[in-house]
Amino acid sequence: MNKPVVGLIAGAVLGLIDGATAWFTPAVRSEMEGILMGSSVKGMVVGIICGLIARKVHSTAVGLAAGAAFGLLFAYLVAMMPEPDGTHYYVQIMVPGFVLGALTGFLTQRLGTAPASVRESKA
Amino acid sequence: MSFLPDRALDHLRDVTEVPDFSDTRYQLEEEIGRGGMGVVYGAWDTQLERRVALKVMDAGYVINQEAKLLAQLEHPGIAPVYDAGTLPDGRVYYAMRLIQGRRLDEFLRHEPALPARLRLFEKICEAVAFAHNRGVIHCDLKPQNIMVGEFGEVFVVDWGVARAVDAAPLPTAGTPQYMAPEQSSPGRPLDARADIFALGRILRDLMTNPIPRPLAAIARKASAEDPADRFADVQQLAADVGRFLDGLAVMAYRDTVPERLARFWRQNQVLLLLLGTYLAVKLLLYFLAPALK
Repeated sequence: MNKPVVGLIAGAVLGLIDGATAWFTPAVRSEMEGILMGSSVKGMVVGIICGLIARKVHSTAVGLAAGAAFGLLFAYLVAMMPEPDGTHYYVQIMVPGFVLGALTGFLTQRLGTAPASVRESKA
Repeated sequence: MSFLPDRALDHLRDVTEVPDFSDTRYQLEEEIGRGGMGVVYGAWDTQLERRVALKVMDAGYVINQEAKLLAQLEHPGIAPVYDAGTLPDGRVYYAMRLIQGRRLDEFLRHEPALPARLRLFEKICEAVAFAHNRGVIHCDLKPQNIMVGEFGEVFVVDWGVARAVDAAPLPTAGTPQYMAPEQSSPGRPLDARADIFALGRILRDLMTNPIPRPLAAIARKASAEDPADRFADVQQLAADVGRFLDGLAVMAYRDTVPERLARFWRQNQVLLLLLGTYLAVKLLLYFLAPALK
């Protein structure tokens, strides 16, 4: 399984789990479908980007940093969209998004197979 | 009747023992050591202009069995045989690569790190496994019969008592401390597990304090009294040592629950820290939700 696919799957799963935790915020329970969808898509996008980076650069530190940065960025883009009552949940979305982005970046570095040219150059 | 003094007798004995290579291409230099069934000398090969080791077998050996066995074992960890012949006095000899290095027991006095010792052990196992694969068992493995070269290369030497698998051992073959019990049972055929016993004893010699329990268990299994309780082959022994070096669970030792958890933590530190951070963040946000509104 190549690294972008690993990122896609890891991001989707982690995004789904992160979105599901929104259930513990009663004010947004009515929006759960949208939250789950948006969180999964956000996770998949971050995962694919991290996977593409992992194909080129084999470094856990780079994976963690890139995942955290893109996780934070896309979480910010999602948090910018207000709830129906106009509330923004910047902290509640961006902080977990930052951590899960780092986790996605880490997983794409550790899992999946690098392209043959990278494997040969490492050899 | 007068008797020769001891010094004269010793000199005569030395002179008669020193082999005569004048009719060969080799110029004898110095005695390097005495192994099973013979003496090893350093010599100069005048034809190829290089130093070699010459092993001269004791009187009574008419077939150069050791040379023939070694000639079949082409492996980086086994000194290659270059030549073989018979001296004017009837003693047989063979020429082989001269190994520049130290015996394992001497080397260990200067190499304290356990991982480096275990990597050496893996190389020893590779050479022995190769010999076993060719149907040859060494029968006298011990630190004194393992040489470590200048660049960390390992050579298993002194195959003087080596036997084919399932052959009966020579009556006095082996070194007691490293000899498997079945080697001293007359008429009992040997297999590769006799060498595994010796390797287990060598592994025990390599260990440094504090001795890790998995490693002690590997050595214990390798040198079990009953061959059926030992590793089935050298590759399994080497693989278990490799797993220990990689921080993985080993076949010979059943981890306790705390040890398993500790290993899981060591192998997954970053992942567990990230998951722990995520959970902590989520809990914090949950409890701080009223304040964040």
